[in-house]
Amino acid sequence: MAQNAAGHLHDLADTFPKLLIRNADQFRSKPAMRHKDLGIWFTWSWADMLVEVRNLAVGLSILGLQRGDKIAIIGKNKPRLYWSICAAQALGAVPVPIYADSVADEMAYVLEHAEAKFVLAEDQEQVDKLMSIADRLSHVQMVLYDEPRGLRDYDHGRMKWITEVQKLGADKLAADPGALALWQAEVDKGAASDLSIILYTSGTTGRPKGVMLTNANVMISADNGNKFDKLDENDSVIAYLPIAWVGDHIFSYAQSYMAGYCVSCPEAAETVTEDRREIGTTYAFAPPRIYENLITLTMVRMADAGPIKKKMFEYFIEHARKWGEKILNKQKVPLGARLIYWVGEFLVYGPLKNRYGISKVRIGYTAGEAIGPEIFRFFRSLGINLKQLYGQTEASVYITAQPDGEIYADTVGKPNIDVEVKISPDGEVMFKSPGVFTGYYKDPEKTAETKTPDGWVHTGDAGFIDEKTGHLKIIDRAKDVGKLNDGTIFAPKYIENKLKFYPNIREAVAYGDKRDFVCVMLNIDLTAVSSWAERNDVVYGSYQELANHPRVYELLAGHVAEVNRSLAEEKIMAGAQIRRFLVLHKELDADDGELTRTLKVRRGFIADRYAPLVKALYDGSSEVDISAEVTFEDGRKGMLSARVKIADVQTEPVSRVLEAAE
Amino acid sequence: MRAPTSGPEVAAGDVLLAVENVSLSFGGVKAISDVSLDIRRGEIRAIIGPNGAGKTSMLNVINGFYTPQRGRITFKGQTRSKMRPHDAAEGGIARTFQNVALFRGMTALDNIMTGRTLKMHRGFVWQLLRYGPAMAEEVEHRQKVEEIIDFLKIQDIRRIPVGRLAYGLQKRVELGRALAMEPDLLLLDEPMAGMNLEEKEDMSRYILDVNDHFGTTIALIEHDMGVVMDLSDRVVVLDHGIKIADGTPAEVKNDRAVIDAYLGVAH
Repeated sequence: MAQNAAGHLHDLADTFPKLLIRNADQFRSKPAMRHKDLGIWFTWSWADMLVEVRNLAVGLSILGLQRGDKIAIIGKNKPRLYWSICAAQALGAVPVPIYADSVADEMAYVLEHAEAKFVLAEDQEQVDKLMSIADRLSHVQMVLYDEPRGLRDYDHGRMKWITEVQKLGADKLAADPGALALWQAEVDKGAASDLSIILYTSGTTGRPKGVMLTNANVMISADNGNKFDKLDENDSVIAYLPIAWVGDHIFSYAQSYMAGYCVSCPEAAETVTEDRREIGTTYAFAPPRIYENLITLTMVRMADAGPIKKKMFEYFIEHARKWGEKILNKQKVPLGARLIYWVGEFLVYGPLKNRYGISKVRIGYTAGEAIGPEIFRFFRSLGINLKQLYGQTEASVYITAQPDGEIYADTVGKPNIDVEVKISPDGEVMFKSPGVFTGYYKDPEKTAETKTPDGWVHTGDAGFIDEKTGHLKIIDRAKDVGKLNDGTIFAPKYIENKLKFYPNIREAVAYGDKRDFVCVMLNIDLTAVSSWAERNDVVYGSYQELANHPRVYELLAGHVAEVNRSLAEEKIMAGAQIRRFLVLHKELDADDGELTRTLKVRRGFIADRYAPLVKALYDGSSEVDISAEVTFEDGRKGMLSARVKIADVQTEPVSRVLEAAE
Repeated sequence: MRAPTSGPEVAAGDVLLAVENVSLSFGGVKAISDVSLDIRRGEIRAIIGPNGAGKTSMLNVINGFYTPQRGRITFKGQTRSKMRPHDAAEGGIARTFQNVALFRGMTALDNIMTGRTLKMHRGFVWQLLRYGPAMAEEVEHRQKVEEIIDFLKIQDIRRIPVGRLAYGLQKRVELGRALAMEPDLLLLDEPMAGMNLEEKEDMSRYILDVNDHFGTTIALIEHDMGVVMDLSDRVVVLDHGIKIADGTPAEVKNDRAVIDAYLGVAH
């Protein structure tokens, strides 16, 4: 399939500008894009959008944008920013979206590396960032902006308002009949194999890399996604994730152009939920934390609700937990349960989904990181078809996704249409598909490291194919995966995530690489555990006392044992069960360097800092004294000493489980 | 957005409002004694001074809430000894208050909409019917209000009753209501009082933007010296109802009398 990529596409429309012309003809007055501004939704049909993009393209060509030039696009989800992508492609120029929240330094690197000749900056904030790095930008000739506020007094020698660029194009098209033919000729020159976009990945280590994707890459991947989820021109999405992220490029641009569905741009970042509700989107995409926030908001609101409402909410949510997923998966459900579910839909689920703005969502995806099974099931039990997806920029998103009716909280699904997935001998997930990128821009070395000559791509993730379901499971970043002394694979994040899904556990740090067995350090979640303590008459005076309380240890031991049971069910993980654990006497904190600023645990640093604890975990002692420096919020430092207990946990017999599995 | 009144092309220079030899007392207490000051078109003018210096009294004199016993006020070339608040509002003076004075039960949108009251031309009955010309007029006003909402970036709180908003946001809504009047002169009474640092920075940005974008002349009273020095073009300092200094922030900062007044030298 991959070899014959171009043949896969519609014969005539093998680039996005050609698709736009096709859509303007085929869908005409159907909405292509909406934007809420000054409290009102403005709509552009496909025919309108063609005019907007054409005006912009002609304007840009007058200003000097040519085939092969790069145009950087920086800002939030606004119609003109999306139009500029297509307008650039129409001229054979390459759009390079840049994360709006990147600091000036990163921005300078990407602009220089991409050799951007034009920059479209959304507003004054972005223009100011550009100004601050102006002396380092040797290629930029022209800066365009979308939001003129505050920019009136700026030197307009090399700056232009994008609306004026469009006017420039419109005037030219009105005055000169040849301009239209010229535009058409430029569009016709485009081919499926042309570079369509460069997306810079925010590398966690080293400099960002520019992933080059061709029209065929993006279009086939998008089309396969549309087929997989049966998306058509009647669907609708809201564009609110960064336009520099491959996910947004596929969902809010490529799939819309391929299927003809409408993309709505919110009024402001803070109004997305409200705007989504007004639009009634049918296709949704969000990282786990957004779903988590919705649940937290609901729970906080419910805690303040009257007793009748509260009772009703609890009853129906419990009912949904029992039956909702089965109803969604079209399994057999007794009529009585079904009837109660209908009443619940009317009283609780419907209004709740309406609040979230997801009443009409047919397909919802979560991706990016592991989602808590409870959160995942909560939404599914309400009747929302929330699924998981695994993708990468290098794949034009789609690697695997969960087919309807085959949903599991801990898998990322089956290989998507046209995608092949294999696990390398050392456990790394590899894939091959028509969406595979052509290479990293100006970096053949990194390209060769990532992509094999026969087109397989290293994902850098360790994973395995689950035997029961045939789905892919991702366990960790490959470089973080270690081995126990007996050779068992040890994936710290996989174990930590399983633990963290218990509300009582705030953080978990797992050790086991080059050791005999797995041990973990836990942090209690003060909110959850203190409310548990109140309900169970556990008396305590401080965080430290609560963390060290024997009954808290009992509670957490139960969670750890459950995690062991779940690990034992997985052939590869069964040997890496948790033998011993302890509860830390203080909360891990970014101020103390124990977490990164994005709140990820720094395993190595913690091991050094709490070396006596790690030693005690492995030498069999049942108690250990520790003192560590803490930083208070006002910057003062102090010493915190404590005696920490270490608990042993029963592990599941591995051999028995494995035999049972075989 | 279009600059609603004096466009940016109007150079800061000619006098918009002048107060001459004004004295105000309440019974035996002298709030202001023989103070003169002027506010030029397009500038940001600050009135500062220690507690009880007569700053708010001065603002109340300017917008007609208090009538001074002596002195004259010239606004847009018209001199009068007495200005009623209603005249001031119709004449293009808008203000915000030291303690937020909004309709707490009404939404942010409705509160800002009340700023348009003076611009409504159709009568009460028309408004009640919300029909035909009255509706068209309301749409036009709503457009203006939405521009202000967009300007102040408060789209997400449009439908929330202001009583439920954080203090900093309430202050922003109040500023929005004053802007809805499309004033020539905007009086801000301690716009940053009770705000945290971030809210102060936001508010400063908006004050500068209002001045730059709408070309609105602004007179503000403020306690926070840092803020005043950064924001204003010219500063007048009052102490015990007497003007002790008047000039650019740099001049005022180095003035002996000002330093004494702030550090508290025995009088």
